[in-house]
Amino acid sequence: MIMGERVKLTRPEGFFETFDRRPGAVKKNMHYCPGCGHGILHKLIAEALADFGILDRTTLISPVGCSVFAYYYFDCFGVQVPHGRSAAAATGLVRANRGSVVIGYQGDGDLAAIGFNNFIQAANRGENYCVFFVNNAIYGMTGGQMAPTSLIGQKTTTSPYGRSEINEGYPLKVSEMVAQLQAPVYVERVSLTSTRNIMKARQAVRKAIKNNIEKKGFSLVEVLSGCPVNLKMNTKQMDEFIDTRMTDYFPLGVYKDESAERQTITYPTPVFDAEKVREALYPDKIGEGVADDYRCGSAIFDRELRIKIAGFGGQGVLSLGLILAAMGKQRNFNVSWLPSYGPEMRGGTANCAIIVNRGTIGSPIVDSNCDLLLILNKPSLEKYLPELGENGVLFYDSSTIEEAPAVKPGQMLFDLNASDIAEAFGNLKCANAVVLGALSAILKARFLDERDAADIDQLVPDALRECFHGKEKIVNMNIEAYRLGQQKMSEKLTD
Amino acid sequence: MEYTNKMLLKGNEAVVFGALLAGCDCYFGYPITPASEIAHTAAEYFPKLNRVFLQAECETAAINMVLGAVSAGRRAMTASSGLGISLKQEGVSYLATMELPCVIVDIMRGGPGLGNIAPEQSDYNQVVKGGGHGGYKVIVLAPSSAQEMCDFATLAFDLADKYRTPVYILTDGVIGQMLESVTLPAPLPRRESPEWALDYKVCNTTNYITSIYMENDDLEGLNHRLNDRYAEIQRNEQRADTYMLDDAELVVAGFGICGRVIRTAVEQLRKEGLKVGMIRPVTLFPFPQDAFRKAAEHAREFVSVEMNNGQMIDDIRLAIECRKPVSLLNRMGGNIPTVEEVAARCRRILKGGE
Repeated sequence: MIMGERVKLTRPEGFFETFDRRPGAVKKNMHYCPGCGHGILHKLIAEALADFGILDRTTLISPVGCSVFAYYYFDCFGVQVPHGRSAAAATGLVRANRGSVVIGYQGDGDLAAIGFNNFIQAANRGENYCVFFVNNAIYGMTGGQMAPTSLIGQKTTTSPYGRSEINEGYPLKVSEMVAQLQAPVYVERVSLTSTRNIMKARQAVRKAIKNNIEKKGFSLVEVLSGCPVNLKMNTKQMDEFIDTRMTDYFPLGVYKDESAERQTITYPTPVFDAEKVREALYPDKIGEGVADDYRCGSAIFDRELRIKIAGFGGQGVLSLGLILAAMGKQRNFNVSWLPSYGPEMRGGTANCAIIVNRGTIGSPIVDSNCDLLLILNKPSLEKYLPELGENGVLFYDSSTIEEAPAVKPGQMLFDLNASDIAEAFGNLKCANAVVLGALSAILKARFLDERDAADIDQLVPDALRECFHGKEKIVNMNIEAYRLGQQKMSEKLTD
Repeated sequence: MEYTNKMLLKGNEAVVFGALLAGCDCYFGYPITPASEIAHTAAEYFPKLNRVFLQAECETAAINMVLGAVSAGRRAMTASSGLGISLKQEGVSYLATMELPCVIVDIMRGGPGLGNIAPEQSDYNQVVKGGGHGGYKVIVLAPSSAQEMCDFATLAFDLADKYRTPVYILTDGVIGQMLESVTLPAPLPRRESPEWALDYKVCNTTNYITSIYMENDDLEGLNHRLNDRYAEIQRNEQRADTYMLDDAELVVAGFGICGRVIRTAVEQLRKEGLKVGMIRPVTLFPFPQDAFRKAAEHAREFVSVEMNNGQMIDDIRLAIECRKPVSLLNRMGGNIPTVEEVAARCRRILKGGE
């Protein structure tokens, strides 16, 4: 306490004049039992909030426990949160509104048992708020059960033979633990047993709140407090218990204080300006593009196209599918791309289904009536050939599948040694681009009208740019492999 | 560079784009397959706009961070899958009681237990029927495409604000993992903090938010008030997508990916001359009872297609007051009912025999 400073002996201004939030007839008094420490600590906090002039921007978080009704008394915002979740709620409150002051008020069960992980993680993140931790070594509201801070030998309703280090372990030293962390700015343990101790507690409360106002990070004040009712003591015995037994195990004092050295943390302002949001979220328009009403004219696009691609993981099966989907999207089709995921992936094979449709796409799953099957390994050929539709097209990589499969009448069969070509090209990873080139040659030769045939060589590079956005080197390499595949397949088709 | 509003997105990505465009301030979540792309996308794009992304230490932390952020007047969301949702349920009960609007995305995977990461729809009961302790309900939207994942984010935040309730976006792993073409909506401005919130810049500083009511009559009063609101939601917010329903003798119902499978099956069956129609519930609470009741006037029979042990079927039976037979066609463990399975069931019902 600063010399000469006077402590007012009236109700602090941080409290309401009358406690109207409290239901029932009693509006002047608190609900706490005689000898309880909550009332004193409430006053110290209320006084500080009023003195600092921050009542209007403070939110007090009420925990589950006796202080669940703390919001009855404080003339500021109040929120009551699930048991143990004070630190998580505080994290949400401070991050959502960086100008606010947030007070976490927790008991030993709430903070050190059910909510300890949330508490220690918030402390470790250095959330900008302060926590007042009331340690009275017992559960109050629930009926005198053992707390994580109950002392060895202490008898409670759930440790009737006394807490034992063998069964329940040792009392949890919270301040000591928090002080070990990098982020917290200030940690002190105080008690409320004498005027001198209360004055120390008062300074601690003010320092913690000040750190919060000045955005210096996380502060903890642990307050050794009395619960005469559940500890079955009178107030004199209670103070003695705290001053000797509790203080022995939980020594009072400053465990960490970097308040003076810490700088104010500044936070960036969230962006909601429509133009800036568009810039951040909307994708870059790639390539020449076409008008929204552009329609590919070839007859094959008059109905839904069902495509399946399958091969080993690493052959670029999924990205080939993505490129096809991007091609469809860029020409105003609805597209769906569904990867195999889960156990199938780990078996070393990958597949994806792509559907291209001008209208609504129903099931995105291709397990029958497949129009185009692109097969890059033998196991997939055996597995998926039965799914090929009546007039379906099968393309397979003849580098990995030596024997030409038998297809039904009406079905069409094409092949190219795509992997060998990619390897000779210098990058096996480009096998999928070689396949894409082969596919474009087949489409041009057999399925596309003149305009669509001319369009595809424009469309593929644009689709590659969309899929590998910003990776110009990869895009160019794939375009080259695509052209190579197209050339080889054309030669084969004209043979 | 010029930009466009057309994009290829996975359902899991689309819901984040939708949320950011809807003016969502904060994302808090814990990674879990098959919902993780939501966290990945949020981690990438929220910070680009200086908005809040935080990977929470656990599911309970995530939902309570949401509780804190929405108390402060902001739009906030979280996402998870099955088992993670189980962990969040206490917090959801608080949010519902405290009348705090927020958005929760559940990308359902196989269960029970750790189950697997393949798609299922087995969280229907735990999400649609309230899920946590106490008698509350939450609005549940069931998207079945990436476009709906995107669009329903705005709808979810708006409904959450309108009725002051948590709103779920509930779908299966297929819709989360599937990539489709999406048209992005225009960005919305940050919505003003509601008058009940704890935002010192705009709200009355005597505001407080609690879920404890010590007087029996007070708590009963709160329950009545909440239930009146649920009745209002049931009256006003039913949504369903129907297809070939007007003259249907057989109605097939399913949400999420099942709705897509059913649509294709119905298309096929109509070509065969069979009068089959579809109801795809878009809201699961409120359940689109009116659509089912109306269909029951002409339909002989109903089929519920689900990827669980038969959960939505109860709501269909209740909606039509068991006046017509309702049978279940279901797969579990990550298996998806096929178009052929659905078509075969319909043929058998309408034509008899196999």
